Amino acid sequence: MKSLSKIRYLNGLLKAKEISCVELTKRYLDEIEKVNSKLNAYVRITPDEALLTAKKVDVKIKRGEELMPLEGIPMTLKDNISTKDIETTCCSKALTGYVPFFDATVWELLHSQNAVLLGKTNMDEFAMGSTCKTSYFGGALNPLDTTRVSGGSSGGVASAVGGNIAVYGLGSDTGGSIRQPASFCGLVGLKPTYGSVSRYGIVACASSLDQAGPITSCVEDAAIVYDAIAVYDKKDATSQGKRCKAAPNLENSIKGMKIGLLKELSDSANEEVRECVRKAAALFSKLGAEIVDIEIPVLEYTLPVYFTLAYAEFSSNMGRYDGIGYGYRTPYYNDVNDMICKTRTEGFGREVKKRILFGTYVLTKGCYDIYFKKAWKLRGAIVKSFKAVFSDCDLLLTPTVPTTAFKFNNDASENKDEYISNICTAPANLAGLPAVTVPCGFDSRGLPVGMQIIGDKFNDARVLNAAYQFEKQTCDKIYKKTETGVIL
Amino acid sequence: MSWEMVAGFETHIELSTKTKIFCQCSTEFGAEPNTLCCPVCLGLPGALPKLNRNVVNFAIKAGLATNCKIRKTTKMDRKNYVYPDLPKAYQISQHDKPLCEKGYINLTSGKRINIARIHIEEDASKLVHQRGDTYIDHNRGGTPLIEIVTAPDIRSVEEAVEYLEQLRLIMKYIGVSDVKMQEGSLRCDVNISVRKKGEEKFGTRVEIKNMNSINFISKAMEYEFNRQVEILENGGKLEQETRRYNSDLNITESMREKEDAEDYRYFRDPDLVTIYTTDEEIEKIRNELPELPYEKFNKFTSVYGLPVSDAELLVKYKKIAEFFENACCGSKNYKAIANYILGPIFRRLPTDDEKEKAAISIPPEYLRELVELTESKKINSNMARSTLERMLDTGKSVGELLSKEDMAGLDESTLREICKKAVDSSKQAVEAYLSGKEKALGAIIGYIMKETRGKADAELAAKIVKELIGQ
Repeated sequence: MKSLSKIRYLNGLLKAKEISCVELTKRYLDEIEKVNSKLNAYVRITPDEALLTAKKVDVKIKRGEELMPLEGIPMTLKDNISTKDIETTCCSKALTGYVPFFDATVWELLHSQNAVLLGKTNMDEFAMGSTCKTSYFGGALNPLDTTRVSGGSSGGVASAVGGNIAVYGLGSDTGGSIRQPASFCGLVGLKPTYGSVSRYGIVACASSLDQAGPITSCVEDAAIVYDAIAVYDKKDATSQGKRCKAAPNLENSIKGMKIGLLKELSDSANEEVRECVRKAAALFSKLGAEIVDIEIPVLEYTLPVYFTLAYAEFSSNMGRYDGIGYGYRTPYYNDVNDMICKTRTEGFGREVKKRILFGTYVLTKGCYDIYFKKAWKLRGAIVKSFKAVFSDCDLLLTPTVPTTAFKFNNDASENKDEYISNICTAPANLAGLPAVTVPCGFDSRGLPVGMQIIGDKFNDARVLNAAYQFEKQTCDKIYKKTETGVIL
Repeated sequence: MSWEMVAGFETHIELSTKTKIFCQCSTEFGAEPNTLCCPVCLGLPGALPKLNRNVVNFAIKAGLATNCKIRKTTKMDRKNYVYPDLPKAYQISQHDKPLCEKGYINLTSGKRINIARIHIEEDASKLVHQRGDTYIDHNRGGTPLIEIVTAPDIRSVEEAVEYLEQLRLIMKYIGVSDVKMQEGSLRCDVNISVRKKGEEKFGTRVEIKNMNSINFISKAMEYEFNRQVEILENGGKLEQETRRYNSDLNITESMREKEDAEDYRYFRDPDLVTIYTTDEEIEKIRNELPELPYEKFNKFTSVYGLPVSDAELLVKYKKIAEFFENACCGSKNYKAIANYILGPIFRRLPTDDEKEKAAISIPPEYLRELVELTESKKINSNMARSTLERMLDTGKSVGELLSKEDMAGLDESTLREICKKAVDSSKQAVEAYLSGKEKALGAIIGYIMKETRGKADAELAAKIVKELIGQ
């Protein structure tokens, strides 16, 4: 079987001098020029930055220097990842004009490998949403069907990678924001273990749940990017040292692995999605894994627990956008309180306001005990249940999203789907577990279905190993792409 | 029936760690505005706090010095409120699990002021009002603070002042803060209410916020006490409210903020991890504690037998107290040594700041040597005083300034000889004195002093002279 890895393929071309990095970068920039108006994946294109890095890489190649795995590979970042000297807006009016003077650690790591940043990609405003439609710049569309959403909140990254206008991208995932759009666009998306990738410089959504990770077109690329960004960071107090490299372990056999089918989460999905996941389980069984049914009854409370905790933290994290130091400030005001009030009223979109209100409410005196504390306790119960399950199982298998991609202009009945679309993904955030989505089939409309593999803490390599072994068996049927799927 | 004051303090003390509580920025005071800040203390999007462990250790030290229990597992919380000096719109503080609890400070009367809790938190930035505009200086933002909260145990302004002075002194002794009130490194909120003496129930309490001078605090408390009593005596009702002290008018005025109107929506800060402290770490800090001011005070008064006023003055400045103790080492002349420090040496250190630094040009041994010579009558007190001044001017020892002969002393029989000689050669003066001119004795003593090159004990000489002329 030929490798699906675009990253490895392009790295090979660069090394063999079949294409220069500048040329490669220009092709991607040209393609963005052509395609982005349709997809709205990028909200900011950074050709100067991209070409500057590409030139550096070409000098290295010329000198015959060794290239690092991600060196010279054109990529993108979600617009909530701080980039020094490049505007970072979280796709909110409130942060328009904000140019950070420091890099997020994940970008610092990739930048030091000479990753070629093509631009910043679209997202739901402040990562609050699952459609990308709450973006101040309008939503990013699904490259497989442009009448549908790319998902959210990292919809722009998925749209760009799926639309072949970035080789890979980094998103962030609070309740499914990497995995859901990756699933909607037929891609691979990894939410690493909480604490394995630094959060420093990633604009906080819900701090105890946020984790950055890659969206790629295949598992191997996800593993390569994971290995590059999963580095201990002393600037993030929640960063932890324990890690295992993923890429070198992809070929490990999964024979004898015990994989649990998580009942509660499977039940939430529609029939077509469930059927795909069932078939995937059967394939795992054929590969020598033992499939068992697992129940975690407390997962019934996933969504209320998730919304309560995520919105509470979100409301507190959002307090700082007052128009004083940076970002948008209302032009007309009487005094400082009036200014803060108007700035926030004008700066935030409807969804963000709704969630700030909700989060503020659950923390107020009287509500704290009824909502926040209760949710906090239930989160503890969820963590415990997973721990118990992983004392027996190696991995868990679930659908990634209960449905396939929504219509962009949906009716009210689908509105509910948007809220419940986190039901399968949020548990991994609540418990801090690594989870990857891999395409596992199509629904009757030809839209991709993703399945999710969840592992125990810091078992990111094992999760990717299983995903890779699955992908190896299915890629011919599932990927309707040319050999490598790169623009050349 | 008379009224009684009931008061408690919330004192914020800036810790003197080199760097801020959640980032590596310097905590230096007085730098150019906004030169000591970074994404973390500016609260920029994406920046994350990382706890400076020294802050925890300093706070534990403060807790141990005030007899607190230390919580071995604790956490940081967010206190959410909107104000322009708070760039994140929340302050990282501790809510329900303070690092230190249940301590106390004893006043000299023996009365105990209970400390309910001590917690760590970050300071806000500073608003600077200039030319009709308001600017923000973020240098102070993220400076580590401890907040020390007492029980409502204080019953008078005197107790309040003593509590604060003791607290200040303790913090200075243990080196966790320079507690410079004029630089705002100690700030107080006082909760104050009144009740009829003998009554159990507390009255309606008023909080006076943000005072940074003990003088103002005592004035504010006095004013507030009288204000509350007056309202109640006139049949009025007090409102639970926050007030501020206006030092120009010497009054407290309402800040028009209803107490408890603010809901801080506390919750655990998810950016920070659990703070663990082991018994070994606590013991290590306990062993580092120096002798505390009240321990020194007790030693000075009971072991050294100094009067309370002397002991208080010496203890007030840690370095002076240490100088005193070193000077006393191996000597028993405690009072004499104290007198030289509180007299001539203090005169050369007129300000509090100078006494604090205690830049004394001679080592304590030199003072001890001088006192020993005086006590053993090798030199008289006049000479000792003038010699000390010369020592302080030059930094030299007694031995370097005085000759052997100077220090040989003058035995009484030799002095008596010289006195005789003086009486014999000053007939006129003797007659004048005998006829009632007291002043004439001075001339005779002057003669003796000249003869002995100042070594004579003037008092003793006067006594001998009077004997000789039959008085």
